Amino acid sequence: MAKHKTPLLDQLESGPWPSFVSDIKQEAEHRHANPAGIEYQIPVDVCDDLLGLLEMSYEDGETHWKHGGIVGVFGYGGGVIGRYCDQPQKFPGVAHFHTVRVAQPAGMYYSTEYLRALMDLWDFRGSGLTNMHGATGDLVWLGTSTQQLEEIFWTLTHDLNTDLGGSGSNLRTPSCCLGQSRCEFACYDAQDLNYNMTLEYQDELHRPAFPYKFKFKFDACPNGCVASIARSDFSVIGTWKDDIKIDQDAVKGYVKGEFAPNAGAHSGRDWGKFDIEKEVVALCPTGCMSWDGSKLSIDNKECYRCMHCINTMPRALHIGDERGASIFVGAKAPILDGAQMGSLLVPFVPVEEPYDEVKEVVENLWDWWMEEGKNRERIGETIRRMSFQKMLEVTGIKADPRHVQEPRTNPYIFWKEEDVTGGWERDINEFRKRHQR
Amino acid sequence: MAFISAGYNPEKPMEGRISDIGPRKYDEFYPPVIARNKGKWLYHEIIEPGVLMHKAESGEEVYTVRCGGARLMSVTHVREICDIADKFSGGKLRFTTRNNIEFMVETKAEALKLKAELNSRKFAAGSHKFPVGGTGAGITNIVHTQGWVHCHTPATDASGTVKVVMDEVFAEFGAHNMPAPLRISMACCLNMCGAVHCSDIAILGYHRKPPLIDHEYLDNLCEIPLAVAACPTGAIRPTKTEFNGKTVNTVAIKNERCMFCGNCYTMCPSLPLSDKEGDGLVIMAGGKISNRISNPKFSKVVVAFIPNEPPRWPSLSKIIRQIVDAYAKDARKYERLGAWAERIGWERFFEKCGLEFTEHLIDDFRDPAYYTWRQTTNFKW
Repeated sequence: MAKHKTPLLDQLESGPWPSFVSDIKQEAEHRHANPAGIEYQIPVDVCDDLLGLLEMSYEDGETHWKHGGIVGVFGYGGGVIGRYCDQPQKFPGVAHFHTVRVAQPAGMYYSTEYLRALMDLWDFRGSGLTNMHGATGDLVWLGTSTQQLEEIFWTLTHDLNTDLGGSGSNLRTPSCCLGQSRCEFACYDAQDLNYNMTLEYQDELHRPAFPYKFKFKFDACPNGCVASIARSDFSVIGTWKDDIKIDQDAVKGYVKGEFAPNAGAHSGRDWGKFDIEKEVVALCPTGCMSWDGSKLSIDNKECYRCMHCINTMPRALHIGDERGASIFVGAKAPILDGAQMGSLLVPFVPVEEPYDEVKEVVENLWDWWMEEGKNRERIGETIRRMSFQKMLEVTGIKADPRHVQEPRTNPYIFWKEEDVTGGWERDINEFRKRHQR
Repeated sequence: MAFISAGYNPEKPMEGRISDIGPRKYDEFYPPVIARNKGKWLYHEIIEPGVLMHKAESGEEVYTVRCGGARLMSVTHVREICDIADKFSGGKLRFTTRNNIEFMVETKAEALKLKAELNSRKFAAGSHKFPVGGTGAGITNIVHTQGWVHCHTPATDASGTVKVVMDEVFAEFGAHNMPAPLRISMACCLNMCGAVHCSDIAILGYHRKPPLIDHEYLDNLCEIPLAVAACPTGAIRPTKTEFNGKTVNTVAIKNERCMFCGNCYTMCPSLPLSDKEGDGLVIMAGGKISNRISNPKFSKVVVAFIPNEPPRWPSLSKIIRQIVDAYAKDARKYERLGAWAERIGWERFFEKCGLEFTEHLIDDFRDPAYYTWRQTTNFKW
């Protein structure tokens, strides 16, 4: 028997897509039945009360979670987000309902042994409700009380050999695509770079020292499966410098219809016979490809590695061998001054352990941003305020046509005094010798 | 409910403390076939929607079965996922960035058996637990934020809006019937924890009323200069007002300058702005993050407001359906939604999707607005 009536939420149990309402109800029943005889450390009806509170939001059209609340574990400034409901008398089970961010393994592979151990901990000390995973990438646990936080942290570090993620004005938990583990397009080991950088910057991850949040995301190729170019302050996207490798026999296989184009991604409709001219050569954004009826040619110097031909004929075309990454800086969602896409700062960097070339760029940017950034200013906004040129100066990177879509359309150039022969200081009396008043 | 300690002693918080160890190392959890072939993959195929095959240089194959999840998952549900992984995939699994779950097996036969098993599991009320799909030129799982389930600033619910939209596009989740991948994302306020601003279709929670001012508490709960500085349009200024016969320090808001971003509320809990009638949804469209064929693009606002209609948001589902159908019918193979809109022109986009163009869709925020106005005779009737 449900503790609260939820006629509105019940309507979200119909339809084919997995119902979070059904799942929360299932968990509520599980906690009441408690088949494993667990001595729950937060109220047994936490899931019932969450449903009750959510039903109230569905009636009121407004959230019932209060603003803020500073909680955390000793020595950390991030990883836990305080959350209290504004109807604690009606829903005592969720009176406090803090979020815990748990650092996820790069690429989000798990063993069931590890995942079960995590779930057992959250069953015992939390609501039993999770996000697999949060938008930034962490494994997110929804709902526990303040008294449990140090205990959860103790078990995570002592027994499960893992740590909290990031929150607040610090480095957020880095995330990456699955990279070389299962993808033929991966130009570098995104999981290893992610792991290495996460360990290197634990202090920045757990102790807020930045003007605002800072996100690393690692995409191993320009397809961008973790959306790093749109949503990370520091985006590393795999690329290559030499030629795309062509297997001409496999190209013919696609032309003859032996292999499905785009790896079979269009199998649900009849798009007609595969047409290499129309579907590959004509769609190449740089026009660097040609097909003479039996051989595919690529003018690799003109290719800008958009991935379309490789995606379309993965058996026939393969990324080059001189691999590395491009670094983009400053992407963010609209708050405050509008959305920004990551801007190219480093066209090519080798991505090899110990990743010093990547770390040097990061650390130069941080030193500058921590000095100049305003409160709650993302680095992308600092760059816009202080100029791209300033970013080049602090990172010691030389300007390059790859840095722009096009050169400036206004000639309002901020020359520096040292750029101009003789400097800016001049003598008015000397000037007057040449020009009468 | 006796309190049980794990070993932490609050009297001596540093004793035995372990910190800053980071996550578990990724390669502890590789299925053996992944560990053996990492970095040596030749190509992949999508055998059928939701089932991928990757071929390695060694000749080995790994079959991945992908199924959707609600993102919000209980420990019981995750344990069920573990049971399936134990039975089929050697106790290993992974999650995708779009909240799908992937199980990897070594033969096609096993993959198809697993697919049938996943599709057969349902919640008591009838919805699928693990629907297989989310690959190729289809619609994959919606990434989203917390909404009314757990957040203090949302203008709508996230899990609920996602559930109804995924119910609507369920057939497209399990099929490859789109011209190209179509990615839907959901963020329940302008903070965009889910960064939906570069999605083919983005659902965005939105407030439309300026903040209320809780004069009685504001000066106690907030740093007034921070609240003032938080406003990107300069709509907030410090002031004093009479409250219960006392003069209190507070702020004043120039309502017509407010664009409802909620940043002031983030800085100051005494400036809430949620409201049943004021809050609702914005639909954005045409963004992408891939560099394939065309550059990454921002999404554009195509519907300025849809009211919140819990529990099933019928107007939202209807509009998403209109956009999906118009795109599916009209776009060319490989053409993402934004590329299609640009090819036919945005005037045609509104016509074909059956959406009304209103003044609210013309940008008026800062410099970038100017670059979106038309400066050519090359328009269509």
